[in-house]
Amino acid sequence: MHPILTLVAQRLALGVLLLFAASILIFAGTSILPGDVAQQILGQAATPEALENMRRELGLNEPPLTRYLSWLGGILQGDLGTALTNGLDIAESLGARLSNTLFLAFWAAVISVPLAIFLGLLAVRYKDRWPDKLISGVTLTTISIPEFMIGYVLVYWVSIQFGWFSSVAIINDSMTIWQKLNAIAIPVMVLTLVVLAHMMRMTRAAILNVMQSAYIETAELKGMPMLKIIRKHAFPNAIAPIVNVVMINLAYLVVGVVVVEVVFAYPGMGQYLVDHVAKRDIPVVQACGLIFAAVYIGLNLVADIVSILANPRLRHPK
Amino acid sequence: MSETLLKVRGLKIGATIYPPDEKSRDIDIVHGIDFDLAPGKVLGLIGESGAGKSTIGLAAMAYGRGGVEITGGSVEVNDRDILQSGIRDVRHLRGAEVTYVSQSAAASFNPAKKILEQVTEAAILHGKFSRREAEERAVVLFGKLGLPDPENIGQRYPHQVSGGQLQRCMTALALCPEPDLVVFDEPTTALDVTTQIDVLAAIKEAIRDTGVSALYITHDLAVVAQVSDHIMVLRMGEMVEYGTVDQIINAPREDYTKALVSVRSVQHEEKQPTPHPVLRVEAVNARYKGTSFDVLKDINVELHLGQTLAVVGESGSGKSTLARVITGLLPPSAGKITFAGRELTPDLASRPLEDLRELQMIYQMADTAMNPRQTVGTIIGRPLEFYFGLKGAEKQKRIQELLDQIELGTGFQDRYPAELSGGQKQRVCIARALAAKPRLIICDEVTSALDPLVADGILKLLLSLQKSEDVAYLFITHDLATVRAISDSIAVMYQGAVVRYGPKSQVLSPPFDDYTDLLLSSVPEMRLGWLEEVIANRKMESAGN
Repeated sequence: MHPILTLVAQRLALGVLLLFAASILIFAGTSILPGDVAQQILGQAATPEALENMRRELGLNEPPLTRYLSWLGGILQGDLGTALTNGLDIAESLGARLSNTLFLAFWAAVISVPLAIFLGLLAVRYKDRWPDKLISGVTLTTISIPEFMIGYVLVYWVSIQFGWFSSVAIINDSMTIWQKLNAIAIPVMVLTLVVLAHMMRMTRAAILNVMQSAYIETAELKGMPMLKIIRKHAFPNAIAPIVNVVMINLAYLVVGVVVVEVVFAYPGMGQYLVDHVAKRDIPVVQACGLIFAAVYIGLNLVADIVSILANPRLRHPK
Repeated sequence: MSETLLKVRGLKIGATIYPPDEKSRDIDIVHGIDFDLAPGKVLGLIGESGAGKSTIGLAAMAYGRGGVEITGGSVEVNDRDILQSGIRDVRHLRGAEVTYVSQSAAASFNPAKKILEQVTEAAILHGKFSRREAEERAVVLFGKLGLPDPENIGQRYPHQVSGGQLQRCMTALALCPEPDLVVFDEPTTALDVTTQIDVLAAIKEAIRDTGVSALYITHDLAVVAQVSDHIMVLRMGEMVEYGTVDQIINAPREDYTKALVSVRSVQHEEKQPTPHPVLRVEAVNARYKGTSFDVLKDINVELHLGQTLAVVGESGSGKSTLARVITGLLPPSAGKITFAGRELTPDLASRPLEDLRELQMIYQMADTAMNPRQTVGTIIGRPLEFYFGLKGAEKQKRIQELLDQIELGTGFQDRYPAELSGGQKQRVCIARALAAKPRLIICDEVTSALDPLVADGILKLLLSLQKSEDVAYLFITHDLATVRAISDSIAVMYQGAVVRYGPKSQVLSPPFDDYTDLLLSSVPEMRLGWLEEVIANRKMESAGN
């Protein structure tokens, strides 16, 4: 077998193993949370008998291991359970929320990743000159300001003063794609500004590191223009570190958008999670936690595999 | 075409340096150099490191490495002063009229691109050839340079060919755009001696066939004598002597040139073995984790107190692995090692402090073997504390003694490694090893990174320390001149096995086995026509090709 297939298979197996470990952590973590779901549902006035009945009905009296295994078994069959608070199937309500979150994350990624890499390349080309300093300064500023602050500032200027985009990002299925894009324009801008700095700085650092190599000097002594050297000789060798940081930021776009979703009342995963944490709806919290873990592990797995594929020594063994 | 291809007048080159704890300042590296190069001729630039030879070579491409800047004079290529040209013109000069071959082809090839693409890149970029023509030309050059399978080798990635082959590819890269001038910057220095000779012959032939001019930069006078028409000897940025190869080699005028020609003043009488060896390696095999072949095969050697065993061979022959096994860094898979009459445990962790103290190491790269943030005093003082528990005045006194032994004065105690020259750094490493009062020091290529004259000084120091301290050396090297100079016995290694072992006088006298013959005949000799003679008389190929 090609050694690279072995490596990739190893990574995939490791990813599955990690996901199991994460499921244990999530289950254990939510199990030791204070508060009683039965009490929460029935209210302070509930009689001890009613509470006891409720607990039995929810399976809360079973030993933890049994509960974990039945939970895991359900998940493996695609059943995430039912929400305690409203009795709805979690997989169904979560599916809609997740696709909304992915929709937002996708457009933020489509804009921020190429922009960050382009700015990184530009910063390398004009290293220590004003374009470099300007790019660094602006991106550092935007990453330093809290997201909700950027959100409100953009709403004030872009939406209210100029009237370009909608200030509320509520979307539903009856909207056309253009209406949806108009609705999420400002959240996408906020997310872009938040993740831009990290990716751009890593691109800059990774390429500058490669620029020290002797083969860059070889290219310079071939009489090649600087931008072409960066594009043809430096960038292909900086892919691995850049992909890693891009994937971490993509994961952040999915998992870390809670604040932005709340600010813009966007019906995504984050808001769904926050609502149900407040209601002590453990199965929903567990399901969200597991989805977030899967996204993190999945994207980092992709980063790992791309790094392996980007290495010519692994791709073309002796 | 005009009579002079390259005309350099009053070339001055400076740089900004940043010494630790001091303000940065500008220094001059090259102080006004003049020379001409006619079409089709080869000029050898020779000197020690810091002589400015690479800097001058790169100036022919209007290029300054790092913070280096050309501060004065003129460099005319084909009657145009390239120092006055704009960046566009300079770019068109580089890679089209003047090309460059670096010391380390392994580092100078982009690991992510195929060889052919990189070899043809400049020719296509400057519109000298179409892609198709350039690729055809590259294949012809690959063949001319003696590369195997010239049709297909370009489809490989740099890591898929050997070091010697890659250096030939680099030469093809430089010749592909049909330049007028090629700057060869130590193109064979990083290669094994047996590989160097093939690459050298290939370069020489390629220069002759294409009729290109060349600047050939090296610190090895014997090498440059094989390929050049003229030689310029440089020292600290100034020209010492300029002449034909014949005149420089056979009738040098300046003292410095004479010293370069007759370097290796070290002489060492072979000692008789004693009845009790300090180190005995018996039937040792070793392999690296996760591999299925032995890197060391049935090694049997002995080393006697106060004597030197030279282990010699090409890279990959297992010499450094042998050192790793003896020090316990790589436990052997079979065999045993006896040191000072007791058997050593296989791995480092289980050895008593006494064994660790009596067996010290000195490395090739003194730079990376010292903590750059510690002073020389701290570096040498550490083993004194660790092994002998010395403190305060006692420790100071001992540090002073050691500094005297390595011929460095009191002032060096408070200096940092960055403030020392290469030779001084290696001396500090020797003092650190000596501080432990070892019976055996393993010296791994300790002079390989040094200039010949500096290396000579280090060898003299090692020999005099051997006399006064009665310490044994296991001396790992690929340099046969060094072996001749200091060893009592020699082990020649080839592909993980000792192919020849015995007292120096015996190992270095005929009849030779094929490998030792190849090794001995490959050492460049300082006479004209040596290269052709050796190539004609060879019996076997180097493993590096």
